Amino acid sequence: MARDGRPLQLFRNLNAKIAAIPMIFTAVVIFAGGTIWTVVYSFTDSKLLPRLRWVGLDQYDRLWNTSRWIISIENLMIYGVFSLVFSLVIGFVLAALLDQKIRFENTFRTIFLYPFALSFIVTGLVWQWILNPDFGVQSVIRDLGWESFTFDPLYTADIVIYGILIAGLWQGTGLIMCLMLAGLRGIDEDVWKAARVDGIPIWKTYLFIIIPMMRPVFITTLVLIASGIVRVYDLVVAQTSGGPGIASEVPAKYVYDKMFLGQNLAQGFAGSTMMLLTVLIVLIPWAYLEFGGKRRV
Amino acid sequence: MRLRSTLAALAAFVTLPAAGAQATELEVTHWWTSGGEAAAVAEFAKAFDATGNKWVDGAIAGSGGTARPIMISRITGGDPMGATQFNHGRQAEELVEAGLMQDLTELAEKEGWRDIVHPVSLLDSCTVDGRIYCVPVNIHSWQWIWLSHKAFEDAGVPVPTNWDEFVAAAPALKEAGKIPLAMGNQPWQSSGAFNVMSIALAGLDAWKAVNIEKDAEAAAGPEYAKVFKAAADAREFRKDSNVQDWNQATNLVITGQAGGQIMGDWAQGEFQVAGQVAGEDYSCLPGLGVTEVISTGGDAFYFPKLDDPEKTQAQMELASLMLSKEVQVAFNLKKGSLPVRGDVDLAAANDCMKKGLEILAGGNILPDTNQTLSPDTQGQIEDLMTEFWSSDAISAEDAQQRYAEIIANAD
Repeated sequence: MARDGRPLQLFRNLNAKIAAIPMIFTAVVIFAGGTIWTVVYSFTDSKLLPRLRWVGLDQYDRLWNTSRWIISIENLMIYGVFSLVFSLVIGFVLAALLDQKIRFENTFRTIFLYPFALSFIVTGLVWQWILNPDFGVQSVIRDLGWESFTFDPLYTADIVIYGILIAGLWQGTGLIMCLMLAGLRGIDEDVWKAARVDGIPIWKTYLFIIIPMMRPVFITTLVLIASGIVRVYDLVVAQTSGGPGIASEVPAKYVYDKMFLGQNLAQGFAGSTMMLLTVLIVLIPWAYLEFGGKRRV
Repeated sequence: MRLRSTLAALAAFVTLPAAGAQATELEVTHWWTSGGEAAAVAEFAKAFDATGNKWVDGAIAGSGGTARPIMISRITGGDPMGATQFNHGRQAEELVEAGLMQDLTELAEKEGWRDIVHPVSLLDSCTVDGRIYCVPVNIHSWQWIWLSHKAFEDAGVPVPTNWDEFVAAAPALKEAGKIPLAMGNQPWQSSGAFNVMSIALAGLDAWKAVNIEKDAEAAAGPEYAKVFKAAADAREFRKDSNVQDWNQATNLVITGQAGGQIMGDWAQGEFQVAGQVAGEDYSCLPGLGVTEVISTGGDAFYFPKLDDPEKTQAQMELASLMLSKEVQVAFNLKKGSLPVRGDVDLAAANDCMKKGLEILAGGNILPDTNQTLSPDTQGQIEDLMTEFWSSDAISAEDAQQRYAEIIANAD
């Protein structure tokens, strides 16, 4: 009779558990399994087809002695830092401005969000034309009479990554703005009233009261932006295909090129393992702070 | 009445697919999409359709670099096409070793390919462990520089006959507002041009030591130092050619905006489509006019293993067709490449093709880098060359040192 006393823990909420099986399966087999498989094969000398012939850390050795990989990592860091900062700042400022109960808010919101409806490939091609010195911004301003004006980031190796950054921001900030706007709308009207009664200037209210209250929204946007940074690939392919020279290469492109063009799977795997490692280095301390410490209310 | 017509319609509907099944469809993938190339591939399609089968064109735009990953992933992913283009050599090596490709040895022996294919080294590139796995269809050589007569006329200098004269004429071209050397920004173009320069300037022995024996010392030696110095000069000449594709660069030469372009003989198809005449509107110098030798790379067709015996039959028909005399002539005239058999009549060939045929007949041939170096090593060289050609930041000495390292680790 003891059996009837308490139902087995495993069978509680059975329906929900069965429904979750496909997702659990996908997560474990495809994500975790694929990841482990990739890491394992990065220690082999697989060429076009995977094979288990161990070479130790050779692939990593070669990776970090390749100037194209080093440049890729530098580009990713520049792109990452600036894209994170500017997306958040521009997104928040736009949202705060839209929140002033202005007229035609819907119109503005649509305009700002519109680029997000375009794929990275289209965005890249559009900005390739806009930044083309013979047809785009430079030629327009020269036609206005400013003969010596030079603005051709896509053809200058030192600043090409900023040309890509501009396109990335143009595409992505609209969504960040919308999320921020939703966050701002979620703040109780009374908070503003109380702040005004206390005579706190508006910028101080934003900085010290509103933003801390919007913490969950900021975390969401942070995750979205960060995942966008690591996988940046199509934008580069469409806009510069890595050029001029190899000045705008990114890690994802290196991995693709080695795996499929160079027919060297293991080298590509080593690159993608390094990318995973980078993500973990950022993610683990954050997760520790977020979930490990004392839970905030 | 009504029922009968419905039945008739239904019958027609049912018989249609049956009629279609008699003509076996073969999907053929390739990356021939520029004007001259498309015209050439249409010759294959026409001849294949005439045999009662059906050519389903699977052109993949871009270049070999875009197309090959798609082809390979289709073959390894279990969705093989009927036939596919690769370059001669090692690109499909592992696919063959993995047993994914159709063995053509029987057909080859029956038709005596070993006797008709000239030079026979082409067939060797198709051979793995004594079995033949591909059909070479043309010979493409990289070792050409194409010169625009108009550009040199405008600059007031005679059309050069070798690389040194070209270098001497470059300042005059620049003054006349021309780009001395047109070159697209795709990686394979700069590494190809470099290879052409190294054959011409470092000499055959040094080139063979580096590319065939993978001798790193030769790559770091004085012969190659000359090449890197010349390449550093050429990198000045190519500034301002802000184009991507090779045919856009060729177009700069055709329209006289650029003096010349180092490019393989496939560029010739473009001149032909533009209605230009060799010797009058443009010149071609094999081996940069210094070392008259051509490499015998080119395109070959591979036939992935298929389950359907009818399709296998059609594959064999296509393979034999591609080597037949008429098709070889028709295809290669349009493509601007040389035929793979020595016994065909190319009376219609133009000046440049005749030069190529002569060199070929004289036996001054080299293997192509696609045959000697693995795609991995070639990729590393391409990376280095793109970096070197596009920025002054890396000096000729540094580039040579890194080149020697790549050769030392080459497989």
